[in-house]
Amino acid sequence: MRRLPPARLTPFLLALFLLAPPAHALVDPSEMLQNPVLEKRAEAIGRQLRCLVCQNESIEASGASLARDLRRIVRQHVAEGWSNRRVIAWMVQRYGSFVLLDPPFEPLTWLLWASPFLALAGGFGTVLVLRRQPSRPPPPLSAAEKEKVADLLAR
Amino acid sequence: MIPELGHFALALATAIAAAQGVLLLWGASVRDRRMMAAAPAFALSQLLAAGFSFAALVWSHVVSDFSVLDVAQNSSSLTPLLYRITGTWGDHNGSILLWCLMLSGCGGAVALFGRELPAALRARVLGVLGLVSAGFLLFTLAASNPFLRLWPPPGQGQDVNPLLQDPGLAIHPPMLYAGYVGFSVAFAFAVAALIEGRVDAAWGRWVRPWTLGAWCLLTGGIALGSWWSYYELGWGGYWFWDPVENASLLPWLTGTALLHCAIVVEKREALKTWAVLLAIATFSLSLCGTFLVRSGLLDSVHSFAADPTQGIFILVLLALTVGGSLLLFALRAPALAPSGLFAPLSREGALVLNNILLCSIATVVFLGTLYPPFADLLAGQKISVGPPFFERTVLPLAVPLLAAMAVGPVLSWKRAELAPALLRLWWGALLAAIGGGAVALGWKLVPGLGIALALWIIAGAFAEIVDRIRLFRRPLGESLARLAGLRRSVFGTAIAHAGLGVTIAGISGMALAAHTLVFLRPGQSAHLAGYDWKYVSIAGATGANFTARVSTLVVSRNGHQVVVMHPGKRSFPISQMTTSEVAIWTNGFLDLYAVLGNERDGGAVFRLNYHPLAPEIWLGALVMALGGGLSLSDRRLRVGAPARRAAAAPAPVRAG
Amino acid sequence: MNRRTLLLAPLGVVVAGAAGVAVLLERDYVPSALPSMLIGKRPPRFRLPAQPPGPAFSSADLAAPPRPMLVNFFASWCIPCVQEAAMLRHLRQGGMKIWGIAYKDKPADAAAFLAENGNPYARLDSDLAGTVAINWGVYGVPETYLIDRSGIVRWRWAGALTREVVASRLNPLLRRYA
Repeated sequence: MRRLPPARLTPFLLALFLLAPPAHALVDPSEMLQNPVLEKRAEAIGRQLRCLVCQNESIEASGASLARDLRRIVRQHVAEGWSNRRVIAWMVQRYGSFVLLDPPFEPLTWLLWASPFLALAGGFGTVLVLRRQPSRPPPPLSAAEKEKVADLLAR
Repeated sequence: MIPELGHFALALATAIAAAQGVLLLWGASVRDRRMMAAAPAFALSQLLAAGFSFAALVWSHVVSDFSVLDVAQNSSSLTPLLYRITGTWGDHNGSILLWCLMLSGCGGAVALFGRELPAALRARVLGVLGLVSAGFLLFTLAASNPFLRLWPPPGQGQDVNPLLQDPGLAIHPPMLYAGYVGFSVAFAFAVAALIEGRVDAAWGRWVRPWTLGAWCLLTGGIALGSWWSYYELGWGGYWFWDPVENASLLPWLTGTALLHCAIVVEKREALKTWAVLLAIATFSLSLCGTFLVRSGLLDSVHSFAADPTQGIFILVLLALTVGGSLLLFALRAPALAPSGLFAPLSREGALVLNNILLCSIATVVFLGTLYPPFADLLAGQKISVGPPFFERTVLPLAVPLLAAMAVGPVLSWKRAELAPALLRLWWGALLAAIGGGAVALGWKLVPGLGIALALWIIAGAFAEIVDRIRLFRRPLGESLARLAGLRRSVFGTAIAHAGLGVTIAGISGMALAAHTLVFLRPGQSAHLAGYDWKYVSIAGATGANFTARVSTLVVSRNGHQVVVMHPGKRSFPISQMTTSEVAIWTNGFLDLYAVLGNERDGGAVFRLNYHPLAPEIWLGALVMALGGGLSLSDRRLRVGAPARRAAAAPAPVRAG
Repeated sequence: MNRRTLLLAPLGVVVAGAAGVAVLLERDYVPSALPSMLIGKRPPRFRLPAQPPGPAFSSADLAAPPRPMLVNFFASWCIPCVQEAAMLRHLRQGGMKIWGIAYKDKPADAAAFLAENGNPYARLDSDLAGTVAINWGVYGVPETYLIDRSGIVRWRWAGALTREVVASRLNPLLRRYA
């Protein structure tokens, strides 16, 4: 949670192998909702929300204090009967779509979501285009090669 | 003194590599016989110099010479010997030197095992490797020198990152790097072929074993990394779609495509241009895998912090290597005449499908990984692309790939018919339907589909062998005789394919995993997946450079004790970090997994996981790598075994 | 599309990609830096207890400040906040109005922190639970928000305010919204 001063750290961290410290700290059971159905829903929502101070982790997997606060808020909202969509929208309103590990389908991400189709179309398209082009006939044999063929056939 | 000698050897290796690159490429183009004959000498002396340099760095770590900056930052005199050695590549500088050593090693391997190669081709391959090597050695020397001295030397070092003090991680980076770097040989062959303007069956045959070797190592490296995060990060996840993981998956995907494409080049002289492009792409992605993750552009759990000047240096180096080879490709590939016609439904057709699907997956993973920085660059918006995206896009592409995988090997070359091929697989389909159906009925649809695919792939893997030995269609004795006569590479293929099936089974099984989070006081029990987990006690312990808390859990099932587990935690005072020591019990088909959390109010928090088929994920990868290794040991595939003349004879076409 | 164009395509992709990466490196792109969602909007409504020495403020007090002002989230447990303290004092001496919100900090600890490092804040709130901060989109401390005369958030800086940040980013904005 605390931001370390870059100026102080750089000399040491420059070449350090930086694996996130205790990456997946354990959640305390006291945070969990009593109702297992709601808890499961809350966990599923939390798994789609990015822990903002960690690296590429969901708030469910993180031990950071902000992640703990956000987990608590998700559970509170789920317990109050909010829909998944509303809980997520609440987070996006505060932290932007950066908080979504599952990027929403919007103009900015059209290319991203279309990528499987584009890749497939590109692959099959290339194959079709290349197949349709008449392949060049092999170049005629040179005199030396003709001799070689004759030699091979004579054997 | 030793670090200075290492530094000198590094400079020497750089000079030799540069000379190797320039002189050999020039020598080959003017057909200077003596120069071409000197190729192995260049490669081996470069390897010797790089090897000495690396040995000097390892030595500095082993004797804890804290006057070397790298040692002071990544080692301590309390660190056990093994981790003092592996700490050598635990940081950016040391790992780059290891990377360079591997590249020199590839050159040395080509020099040693490539005796049968035509002199000009060998000189060109080693020349290209020399140029690449020179670039990266220069980078090490100029921007990430691991031999920098520190004065006055501190009395104690800062210790190896505790997460890295683990036997799995001791071998994971070298193996992964060996896989990455191994693709440099296929790359060098591709560039050499472009220079020569010639790709033929013999080329395919030469490239295959090198690609296969690198592929086996990369498979092993990725699996080890995944296994490490499974037991070390203490969360039970094995794949996080993290940028660094994706970066290692990308060359694996395209390398797998290359492996299959090279078969078509060898057998049918088709897809030549594509094979060359794949070879370039695979090594380029390996380079990205090693270096882009150090540029600070990707947000990752595994990232190295690097300084921005290094980023620019690396970018220029990558641009020269990748851009240069692709420019050569654009200029020279038109000279590679397309040939080798085949019907869409044929073994070749199946391999093309394999390539399209593998490369589509690679495209999606690549785009997903690089989308956030580019979205910021082009649209000024911050977005995240996380596991949910990759799961949703990769799975639909993987399913047809896996389904087709079983059918491909039973199709004949040139032109095939689907119905007879499928008929040969009826028992596989039956097996898949029964297995998948049982799972889907009991639990969920997706794991059921996964298990069905896994069984289908494993059945398909052995269908070709069953078919070839005419099992149950001829007397058993004849079948066994045929079996004994089969080439090792046939078994290798079958085993590698089956290995993937095993991994898929493991991944599907993990979709059925269960976990619970509990607070227990000594004497209390929790129940999960039919097991009773009883918390007995907790005690303190000390190690060489850490103190620990070790708990005792007794796990029983129906009143019978299954195992006593000891999940714990370690605190490393020097680096001020805590790691959790996960306790895992496995019977080969399921894992019981326990993590110790906080201690409070006279009790402790535990996370208990039940992971059906989890061991199969890594077992399958091991089987894949072993299958590849078995193929590699096939005499016919052995590096450079056939001379070009012999291989140029028309490849035998199996009657379909 | 002919074969030659197809063969050029990979080079094109790589050149474009490399150019993009070069620009990103040039700009010192930080993958985890997060833009604020409050820019161009009013701060969320809140009412918090005073952090001694106070006095407290609420969102209503931010509706129309006479001059552009700063709201700063800080905590006694935050190391960069110590570094930032001198810069905040300097800004205060220059006539800047700065209000502070102590984030997840015991009032006594925050008060001790202010006694030790100087108090640049004209008004002070205590957000012990950290919920108001989350409504602002705070993801770490220190964070500083610039609010213009119409009560709209114009800028957010995550991390310590250094001389460089003030000179190159804050001052131009202050001139613009003066």
